[in-house]
Amino acid sequence: MINTLSRMIRTGILTEEAAQPSKEELALGGLQENIRKILGRALCIRHVDAGSCNGCELEIQALNNPYYNIEGIGVKFVASPRHADLLLVTGPVSVNMEEALKRTFDAVPDPKIVIAVGDCGACGGIFGKSYATRGAIEDIVPVNHSVKGCPPSPVAILQAILQTVQSTTA
Amino acid sequence: MTPDFKQGAKALPSNLPCQHNKAGAVEWRQIAQTVRAAGGRLLTLWGGDDRDRDGRYRVYVAYLQADGITVVEHEMAAGSNPTYPNLREFFPSALRMERAIFDLFGLKSMEPDHRGWLRHGGWPEKVFPLRRDFGGETQFAGESEPYPFVQVEGDGVHEIPVGPVHAGTIEPGHFRFSVVGEKVLRLEERLGYKHKGIEKLFEAMAQREGHKLAARISGDSAVAYTWAYCAALEAITHTTCPARAVQLRALALEHERIANHLGDLGALGNDAGFAFGLTQFSRMKEDLLRANQVCFGARYLMDFVVQGGVASNLPDKAPRLLLDGYHALETGVDSMRNIYDNHAGVQDRFRETGILSQENAWKLDAAGLAARASGIPHDLRSDFPWPPYDKMNVKVSKQTSGDVAARVAVRFEEVLESLRICRGLVANLSGGDIRSAVPDAEPGLLGVGVIEGWRGPVLIALETGANGSVRRCHPHDPSWQNWPLLEYAILGNLVPDFPLINKSFNLSYSGHDI
Repeated sequence: MINTLSRMIRTGILTEEAAQPSKEELALGGLQENIRKILGRALCIRHVDAGSCNGCELEIQALNNPYYNIEGIGVKFVASPRHADLLLVTGPVSVNMEEALKRTFDAVPDPKIVIAVGDCGACGGIFGKSYATRGAIEDIVPVNHSVKGCPPSPVAILQAILQTVQSTTA
Repeated sequence: MTPDFKQGAKALPSNLPCQHNKAGAVEWRQIAQTVRAAGGRLLTLWGGDDRDRDGRYRVYVAYLQADGITVVEHEMAAGSNPTYPNLREFFPSALRMERAIFDLFGLKSMEPDHRGWLRHGGWPEKVFPLRRDFGGETQFAGESEPYPFVQVEGDGVHEIPVGPVHAGTIEPGHFRFSVVGEKVLRLEERLGYKHKGIEKLFEAMAQREGHKLAARISGDSAVAYTWAYCAALEAITHTTCPARAVQLRALALEHERIANHLGDLGALGNDAGFAFGLTQFSRMKEDLLRANQVCFGARYLMDFVVQGGVASNLPDKAPRLLLDGYHALETGVDSMRNIYDNHAGVQDRFRETGILSQENAWKLDAAGLAARASGIPHDLRSDFPWPPYDKMNVKVSKQTSGDVAARVAVRFEEVLESLRICRGLVANLSGGDIRSAVPDAEPGLLGVGVIEGWRGPVLIALETGANGSVRRCHPHDPSWQNWPLLEYAILGNLVPDFPLINKSFNLSYSGHDI
């Protein structure tokens, strides 16, 4: 126990200012207000992997590390689509995941936001359209915003979340 | 028996010692039996359609033995129902690979289980995507087909279906648990949800572009896959990479190993109810990824390893920054190991949970870190050290208890060993070029690249086509061998321990589903 506590104290607080990733200088307070205005509470995110290589998943997971500390600004990952306001979707929509993606989308209550994460989600990426993949996510479910990159950095994903919430509020 | 099947074998281009045999239907099984009896392991199994060339279909199997890799080739006349003998009796992991070969080529092994593995109904039953007369871009309206899971019957037995969408930021797959109360009687996996037709895509690529696709077979193993692809191509074209380039490749590969182990060590703490572990390890992982960004130009090294060498050189400040980073990481990992080892709650969850016995690991062809945690200490970096590992003297970790605690211990040891290797590489970096020119290869040549990735051996079998094209490329992830282990490791455990046991293996869906 003493080791754990001493390590916590030595580590200190690493969380970086949330305003830093935003080009539009979204203030922390502004974001939280936006989230409250549009959703009445915290922003709950559900992630769906529709055939990615797992690269985007690793960068989405990184949003929960202490540097980005996404929960600290009221954004939370949830286990069920029924609890979610926003879907983060990755991958070039493998045909074997098409139905699961549609069903997950349907399970999210309105109003809902969808962000396509990564080059594959945005346009099919290196996989494109084939017998096994459908390509861009927007061809399968409505998409509000796309964030490119292979994989996009956590900062880019965070930025996309902030921008989408803001533009949906406006 | 055919103890002398290696006589008459031809050498095959590879970064490891590798030879090539041809076998008829009877020898196909005899060789498997001989290899098994001699302690060999199945590396991978793949199919080929050469009807355009000589009117034949082919299946290939790669074994790993004490003296290197043996690739055995078996050909079939292209009739209406091409079949070949099955290998499950000797290598149980062959079953799913044979089912995948049927889905993609329509070549049937003499195996009673004909349920689709990669084909879920997304393309018609009579369409075999890897046949040469099928155009890869054809789209079909998907129709989901029922999949008969094996039923468990008895008083109070019920099923829990999980997935394909899981309750976390992870990849999709389906798990069907048959349970009594909370105790798991049976787990049956259904995979293939991420099938992206990667092998078909390779056939439309130039040899010099293929590494980009290889990087995206499993994003967490991008360095291992790109290196395996480039190793195969370089062996075929007799290209020698500059010394500095192979050192930088090894540095990138070890960073990949450390980053994944750190991520999993944190997630394992979290799954045992110790969120502090996740916080600490995810911080250390982020530090390493940021160092990657500075030193290699990207957090995840998708496009760092290229044919003939690497894409970019280290900046001048890199050695200092890396050495400082390794020191901080080592201190951090050491102190976390001490904390995990002395935390009663964590140890209670880790120990004797999800046991994979040495006997089962051996029978089921366990690969990589899962095998090393169950008393089978194989590691290509030590068993067949290719450059620069021939100078690194890699120490192989080994645990014998086969439980979650053993897989955790192997990861801790491997992180520390990788840090030692990285230090050695940075301190002794050669000067000079980072890339050699690679000519287009002659058509019709087969080469094999095998790299010990963080999960285990990652393999690429590459066959060249005319004018610098790829005729056939088969990637293989060690997860093919290790997914069935999970079905055994969970038996008799509680359902709530599944996430913990699953994470202790952390297998690839994308690399498996290709």
